[in-house]
Amino acid sequence: MTTSSLFFDVEEIRKDFPILNRKVNGQPLVYFDNAATSQKPQQVIDAIVNYYQNYNANIHRGVHALSQEATESYENARKTLQKHFNAPKVEDIILTSGTTHAINLVASGYTKFLKTGDEIIVSALEHHSNIVPWQMLCERTGSTLKVIPMAQDGTLKFSAFTQLLNDNTKLVFVNHVSNTLGTINPIKKMIDATHRYGAKILIDGAQACSHVKVDVQALDVDYYVTSAHKMCGPTGVGLLYGKTKLLETLPPYQGGGEMISEVTFEKTTYADLPHKFEAGTPNICGGIAFGAAVDYLNHIGLDEIAAYENDLLIYATEQLIKIEGLRIYGPTQDKTAVISFNVENIHPYDLGVLLDKMGIAVRTGQHCTQPIMDFYSIPGTVRASFAFYNTKTEIDLFVTAVKKAVMMLA
Amino acid sequence: MTIQDIQHDIVDEFALFDDWMQRYEYMIELGKSLPLIDPASKTDDLLIKGCQSKVWMKADLVDDKIVFTADSEAIITKGIIAILIRVFSNQRPDSILSANTSFIDQIGLKEHLSPTRANGLASMLNQMKYYALAYQSKLSS
Ligand SMILES: Cc1ncc(COP(=O)(O)O)c(C=O)c1O
Repeated sequence: MTTSSLFFDVEEIRKDFPILNRKVNGQPLVYFDNAATSQKPQQVIDAIVNYYQNYNANIHRGVHALSQEATESYENARKTLQKHFNAPKVEDIILTSGTTHAINLVASGYTKFLKTGDEIIVSALEHHSNIVPWQMLCERTGSTLKVIPMAQDGTLKFSAFTQLLNDNTKLVFVNHVSNTLGTINPIKKMIDATHRYGAKILIDGAQACSHVKVDVQALDVDYYVTSAHKMCGPTGVGLLYGKTKLLETLPPYQGGGEMISEVTFEKTTYADLPHKFEAGTPNICGGIAFGAAVDYLNHIGLDEIAAYENDLLIYATEQLIKIEGLRIYGPTQDKTAVISFNVENIHPYDLGVLLDKMGIAVRTGQHCTQPIMDFYSIPGTVRASFAFYNTKTEIDLFVTAVKKAVMMLA
Repeated sequence: MTIQDIQHDIVDEFALFDDWMQRYEYMIELGKSLPLIDPASKTDDLLIKGCQSKVWMKADLVDDKIVFTADSEAIITKGIIAILIRVFSNQRPDSILSANTSFIDQIGLKEHLSPTRANGLASMLNQMKYYALAYQSKLSS
């Protein structure tokens, strides 16, 4: 039943993910909540265990062997990330606790740069973590928040975006991929349009990096952020890429150890990049495991992953739309393997509860994107999100389970 | 009937079911039979916070007993409400306050108490107890 080619053998890949063997409510687990967080392969789990078993030490501050090993490993992970995202310099990669932290880091820094009358543009497809920090920034600085509207098919209205841009625009924020609908936004076009007005743009790549190979130089993006945990890495670690010049002028976010070069009570000078933004003991193990996760994804191949997931998406979509009364939100062609749907007269919560009983993990609710729910006038959706370790057999189980749940609820 | 007697009955009824499907089909039935609150009365002040599906709950004092009315957008949630109403409605505030709720575990609905479910079985229970507390102090004053 499952697709396997010479290059992409899903059964082999599944062996890397120990959690896929477990049962839930007596049924084999079908994990379709990958947009919330991905599962972790043995290679990443091993990197975590290896760190704590063999060379746990604080970094950048000890002369002893363990500290040097840990520092080297952590900095190697940063190099892996630099290479993966094609950042010009290794210092352009700031390790954070995740996307939310990275966004707040930039938003906080912009307090110094903005004034009344300045404008910030965000999209209607944003995750709450990408709206609230900008609202707070606007409150602090007197700037105004503008919103790029969305269309029925889940895409952003590009012409509306270009109309919002003007000389007062200082910042644009948009996600690369929508977590609720899976829409892949035309970020290259948006970056170029933003730059024509001399504004800067931050892309939230939380949902993109496990499906799309990102090249920050080819994109010419100013800031790009993501979380490791959606890329087969651990929770609590992520990154901010920024153009060197921009990061140099951005004020530090938090004060503490590691981020300073000289401290007297009169004045402290900040450390160079990336340490200026990495106050305190970082998530050392997380950073190392993030590197291992990226190595793992590259070993499978992001292009292969994207092609296989697209296969799953098409297959699942074809099966689901046969169910009477089922509606998929944001049916644009250009999307990752995410299906957000409802069945007529059934509350998404009811469907989610029954699917869980059948061993199927999906997300129900607003997915931290209330503006999208308001746009469609719905209380929430059921969201199934696929990863490269999912199979068509699992999709069959899922579709059967949806039908069964619908029958029970009808 | 006392709260305890009703809980016993419910535990006995649920014991007849062989599997989760029968349990949930029964709850869905209960949900469908729950009297609705008319849309105009579904005001935001009746909403219970902490539920993934909206839940409205009203409590009226009739003589010395509390009568609960509730509604939800989700049918399974309504089924749960129906069970709670059967247990706690038409009871005196002090009986509601002192009632033990371990029957929820015994009928296999403990998972609905977990905070991640946010369907608010816990919130609904709390809300009922708040009302009981409020009416109890009203009655004794
Ligand atoms: C598009 C998007 N942005 C931001 C976030 C927040 O990421 P994190 O919780 O890892 O900081 C998420 C996570 O769900 C997301 O999907």
